[in-house]
Amino acid sequence: MEGDAELQELYREVLLDYFRSSTRKGKCDPADLRAHGINPVCGDELEITAELKDGKVAKLRYAGHGCVISQASAAMMAEALEGADIPKAKALVAAFKKLMLENGDVKALPPELEQLSSLEGVRRFPLRVKCATLGWNTVMQGFEVTKS
Amino acid sequence: MSRLDPAKYRPDFPILKRLVRGKPLAYLDNAATTQKPRQVIKALSDFYENNNANVHRGVHTLSEESTNMAEAARAKLAAFVGAPKPETLIFTRNATESLNLIAHAWGRKFLKAGDTVLSTEMEHHSNIVPWQLLAAERGIKLEFVPVEADGTLDLGKVKAALAKGPKLFTFTALSNAIGTVNPVLELIKLGKAAGAVVSVDACQWAPHKPMDLKSWGADFVSFSAHKMLGPTGIGVLWGREELLDAMDPFLGGGDMISRVTLEKSTWNALPYKFEAGTPNFADQAAFGAALDYLSAVGLDAISAHEHELAEKARKILEGEGMMVLGPKDPAKRSGVVSFNVPGLHPHDVGTAFDLEGVAVRVGHHCCQPLMHKLQCGGTARASFYLYNDQSDLDAFGRALRRTLDFFKIKPKAGVL
Repeated sequence: MEGDAELQELYREVLLDYFRSSTRKGKCDPADLRAHGINPVCGDELEITAELKDGKVAKLRYAGHGCVISQASAAMMAEALEGADIPKAKALVAAFKKLMLENGDVKALPPELEQLSSLEGVRRFPLRVKCATLGWNTVMQGFEVTKS
Repeated sequence: MSRLDPAKYRPDFPILKRLVRGKPLAYLDNAATTQKPRQVIKALSDFYENNNANVHRGVHTLSEESTNMAEAARAKLAAFVGAPKPETLIFTRNATESLNLIAHAWGRKFLKAGDTVLSTEMEHHSNIVPWQLLAAERGIKLEFVPVEADGTLDLGKVKAALAKGPKLFTFTALSNAIGTVNPVLELIKLGKAAGAVVSVDACQWAPHKPMDLKSWGADFVSFSAHKMLGPTGIGVLWGREELLDAMDPFLGGGDMISRVTLEKSTWNALPYKFEAGTPNFADQAAFGAALDYLSAVGLDAISAHEHELAEKARKILEGEGMMVLGPKDPAKRSGVVSFNVPGLHPHDVGTAFDLEGVAVRVGHHCCQPLMHKLQCGGTARASFYLYNDQSDLDAFGRALRRTLDFFKIKPKAGVL
């Protein structure tokens, strides 16, 4: 609906574009990093796979089905983390989680996470924050496992 | 049976006056929990203000009063569900605990390796997981009657599964996830004829449809107070007296003993043998007020009213090309309507509805095997109760059209 300001505030156009995009949907095979995340609220599952090269995230893909918020967030995350070295990637995850979980300032987001400001409206729906952070928590698990 | 007029009851439910995101609340999540009338809220606060004391062992006035009030609720419940004796009704924390009690106290004593427990694919996780835990511990086998594509059970398949001689047949009377009304009496009869102990998960039945435990002929029946206007923290297990007598206790501690020495203990009489520790007596007393309320309205009238609203909601959904789960035959449906918006995740549906003040539940409804069978990860579910009215239906219709418009969903095209 044109002018449905409330829904637009949550589901911004950029979010819907990422949700519809299939650019980084799928799996890396072979993968250097593989992690499986479950959102306990809805049971949605997400698989994150990545190729790591020279200490950097060379390629990152997400697979699974989910809501607009979890899928768009995973797509934006894949875009933001590709090219980052692992410490930088972890710092980006921390910065995004700070935005979502600690009501962080959008203006303080690193430039790589510029698009993620579109998830700001999700914070008004505390139960949906888990959707937004699913991909990010999953990739962190992947980093932990890969390290050990 | 007189027709139910929700306008007569809505003023009793203070929460229905509140706004959600600026809109009047349309509470359609009754299968998860119902709202409470002021009579129940008042019974609870009156109890704490006037009668509160621990039950059973006190000789002072307050203890006697609280004991009597808690036990009066049990007697009221016995009349409400047609239990042969009040003491065959055990108070637990919730229906999940009731089902776990059966698995622990009956299952551990009477099931041995190789025995089969038969259930169905329609069950809530609470009627699957306790049996899986027991299976892992005791080497018993689990079998499940398959659910048909229309969300019903095929009685031929039930009979075939029962013919293999399961020791226990445990099934839901009414599906919380998709609203199928199972032929409970027939299923109990088939189970008993096959020599199985029969356990009924009546969580979604007890708040909506009359039951007469004496004539049902089941062995165990579980349900929960909070889904029937009562407070949270009160579940019920009804058991056939001779089974309850033969079972070992569930939890050990105070109240459930007859005599304790350091060497051994003997058990208290029913129902206390299964009610270890300080019981939830305040909520138990307030549950009595909920039963009074339901009795005054009448379960037949409630059932007819919510069925009518749910069928209207189904028409709205089908009119917009939405996928409605469960049986097509209205006679096999309850006050629950479970649906999916093509191309949209149930969580997005739930949030969009919330913006219209409409509370629906979304997700797998603790029925992941059923969702898997019906080939969806989850659904959005509207569930009606006695206080829902045309304004709730109107809000539901508005929320649906708003969702479809915003996400540009053209039902036949099917994708976002």
